[in-house]
Amino acid sequence: MSGNHLAGLAADIVQQALAAGATDAECTIAEGDEFSANVRLREVETLKEAGSRGAGVRILAGKHTGSAYTSDLSDDGIRHMVRSAMELAEITTEDPHAGLPDATDLGSIPGEMGLYSNDVEGLDTELKIDMARRAEDASLRADPRITNSEGASFDTHVGHQAFANSRGFVGEYRTSYCSLSTVPVAREGESMERDYWFTMARALAGLEKPEDVGRIAAQRALRRLGAVKVETKKVPVVFEPRTARSLVDHIFDAVHGVSVYRNESFLAGKLGERVASDKLTVIDDGTIPGLFGTSPFDDEGVPTRRTVVIENGVLKSYLLNTYTARKLGLKTTGNASRGLAGNAGVGNGNLYIEKGAGTPEQLIAGIQDGFYVTELMGFGVNIVTGDYSRGAAGLWIRNGELAFPVSEVTIAGTLQQMLFGLEAVGADLEFRGSMAAPTLVIAEMTVGGR
Amino acid sequence: MHFSESFFARRFGITPRDLEKYLAEALAQGGAYADLYFEYLSTSAISIDESIVKSASQGVSLGVGVRVIAGERTGYAYSDDLSPEKIRKAARVAAHIAAGPATVEKVSLNEGQRRNLYPVITAPTETAFTERVELVKRADRAARAYDPRVFQVQASYADSLRQVMVATSDGVLSWDRQPLARLNVAALARDDGGTPQRGHAGGGGRVELSFFLNEKTPEHFAAEAAREAIVMLDAVDAPAGEMTVVLGPGWPGILLHEAVGHGLEADFNRKGVSAFSGRMGQQVASPLCTVIDDGTMANRRGSLNVDDEGHPTQSNVLIENGILRGYLQDKLSSRLTGAAETGSGRRESYAHIPMPRMTNTFMLAGESDPAEIIRSVPKGLYCPDFGGGQVDITSGNFVFSASESYLIEGGKVTRPVRNASLIGNGPEALKYVSMVGNDLQLDEGIGVCGKEGQSVPVGVGIPTIKIDRMTVGGTA
Repeated sequence: MSGNHLAGLAADIVQQALAAGATDAECTIAEGDEFSANVRLREVETLKEAGSRGAGVRILAGKHTGSAYTSDLSDDGIRHMVRSAMELAEITTEDPHAGLPDATDLGSIPGEMGLYSNDVEGLDTELKIDMARRAEDASLRADPRITNSEGASFDTHVGHQAFANSRGFVGEYRTSYCSLSTVPVAREGESMERDYWFTMARALAGLEKPEDVGRIAAQRALRRLGAVKVETKKVPVVFEPRTARSLVDHIFDAVHGVSVYRNESFLAGKLGERVASDKLTVIDDGTIPGLFGTSPFDDEGVPTRRTVVIENGVLKSYLLNTYTARKLGLKTTGNASRGLAGNAGVGNGNLYIEKGAGTPEQLIAGIQDGFYVTELMGFGVNIVTGDYSRGAAGLWIRNGELAFPVSEVTIAGTLQQMLFGLEAVGADLEFRGSMAAPTLVIAEMTVGGR
Repeated sequence: MHFSESFFARRFGITPRDLEKYLAEALAQGGAYADLYFEYLSTSAISIDESIVKSASQGVSLGVGVRVIAGERTGYAYSDDLSPEKIRKAARVAAHIAAGPATVEKVSLNEGQRRNLYPVITAPTETAFTERVELVKRADRAARAYDPRVFQVQASYADSLRQVMVATSDGVLSWDRQPLARLNVAALARDDGGTPQRGHAGGGGRVELSFFLNEKTPEHFAAEAAREAIVMLDAVDAPAGEMTVVLGPGWPGILLHEAVGHGLEADFNRKGVSAFSGRMGQQVASPLCTVIDDGTMANRRGSLNVDDEGHPTQSNVLIENGILRGYLQDKLSSRLTGAAETGSGRRESYAHIPMPRMTNTFMLAGESDPAEIIRSVPKGLYCPDFGGGQVDITSGNFVFSASESYLIEGGKVTRPVRNASLIGNGPEALKYVSMVGNDLQLDEGIGVCGKEGQSVPVGVGIPTIKIDRMTVGGTA
């Protein structure tokens, strides 16, 4: 992939838009190479390899916006894209809050952020297949009840992002990641269950060992065997980190600038108020080197930063781009996010719940009767009202210990009750994506079963 | 229409001889089968929020995917550049899945029979933006006019025109023009100082723009979204635990999509990882249930003239009077198991490997009067509208979320309840279907199905049905 060429092209496209009559313009270009190897029952199942690129432009004609994208980066393709965006500015409505960030807000975090490692590029295909094979093999060998597998996959992606706007911003950065996952199937009698485990890193050297990935995946599938449906009752609910992460996602939706200005969130209008138990602190930090939500600037050319969203239960900040900040009379938090088409939305950096104290074993030790949730299903969360009702599977807690597997149940309550009912936060925070949470204990939810 | 008049021939000068050469290159390392999928996708989207048309975008993406199958192995590569050098490079990369001398003799392509399930003369994507922007403006006005308690409206309109061409080493050469359009409306309502509630509606299909002017107007979707938000203002806590559930007609057919559809996709069954694996010919639903997946319904969102592997779509019986009858096949699964193709090979784009997928999935109508079904329930839940759903195909557990539902008390629909998820087990849930209404309806055209990271448009449908036992995830 070419270096300065991409940022230079983005800046050129901005100039073309101005020449075509735009009063302001911004351009994003993304290039990427992907590779994926899948192995199932120790044999190669698929190999996929390709590269692609695309550009998107958003123009302003006064306070009217229009946007367009293309995967055709020829001169003709770009001319057509710019013309398409200009055409659309004629049908949008004048919006007093539309516009690029103020020049003083633009910028990029200097220095190495650990987003790209050259050990991901040019990896030997056989090595990649071997990583997947080792992970699956470890899961298949873990126990005779692991009778089948949906396979293992090793994936890499190397990307190059460039952004320019008519207020003078030009920036670009490279990213890489690789990941390894496997999905074993366990069977005993009539009961068949699957689960998965994965590892993901910016550099090959950052991955967990394939054997560990396979072994953990197998343990997870095995402990689900013979799951039963329990009686409907109200009990304490413990989310392991993999499911606790989804609560971070719901908090993100609730502090998302668009939901807030539209009054479409149960946290809208609550800035400075207590919204959760004092055990809860939520941070968004797009600057932590090497993590998956890290970048030197957001998708409007504003530097990323560390934002305290909730501190000891008090709502401190929403997550905003330039537009939503203007709507709310606030400053952007450097959380603009966009694909190639349309206006910038809001995205998270590394959004996480700050860790507390205690291992999962210590946290469940005091629970006589409760539910340890290892999987959540469905979309039953309403950010407007906070109503929460999702399918769940996991392990029942009896006398402070994990006693037996449970499935085909629901857990329900409201996000408000869950946030205020947060009784304990574990020390086991780790990042397997751009959102993360340690083990969380919620005082009471309704488990729906028999 | 002859090949020379087809989109890729006209626009890119591609000939059948070129395609045969690319396929030969893909098979040069010993692959047993190869195909090429060309795609040229134009999209547009317009949205209104706070009565301001804030966003409008349009764009183009194009590319070609090359697949090579050798035994159970698949090699895949794609290019977003349709120059012969780049296509041949992708073919060589995909060819590497096999290792050996070429085994397939010369490929010669034949143009298949053609039909048109969506004879759209002017695709919405090809109409003037000034016409399309009116749709969201009208939806915004209508939702606000519905009731003074409506305080926020967001309407979005999106369309696409996908030109595709598939060439396979089996000799199939087919191409298609696939228009698609959808209008969505979301409304927020609140009583003075109260908690807001949201309502949502939408629809469309493989239709002309006139569909939104004459058949399902912006006012229709707007009123439906506003009505749902207003209804929910009076919602009480949903019940929790097992009870009788009555699903209303139409979109609640998502139950079939989650409970049985995914579990019957051939890839999962070939691998033995579906809760339905090895159950062909067995009773998996009550004898009242017959479930069909039909990709040939005129103008429907889930319909295709040919699937994304060049095979004509068809109507497939999945469950007949409660007995499991068929799986949904793609090329790979039918090659490996010897099963006949079902026209169910689909992919999100040229950058994706095809998989067996659903098209329009529905249950045939029964004989019961819907009103009689409600009257027969002393205590239960009536669900006329849903959000999304999800399934774990291995355990068979599935969940879907009611976005509008009511208590049934003494054979009458009474109070609305807050959003709740319903959970069940695929091979078991439909055994408890005790009444099937005579009112089959298809959804209005909003479905998007996700599988292994690939999204495709689908349709669902169902008559009013009564399920004697299902777990409802409320709090009361």
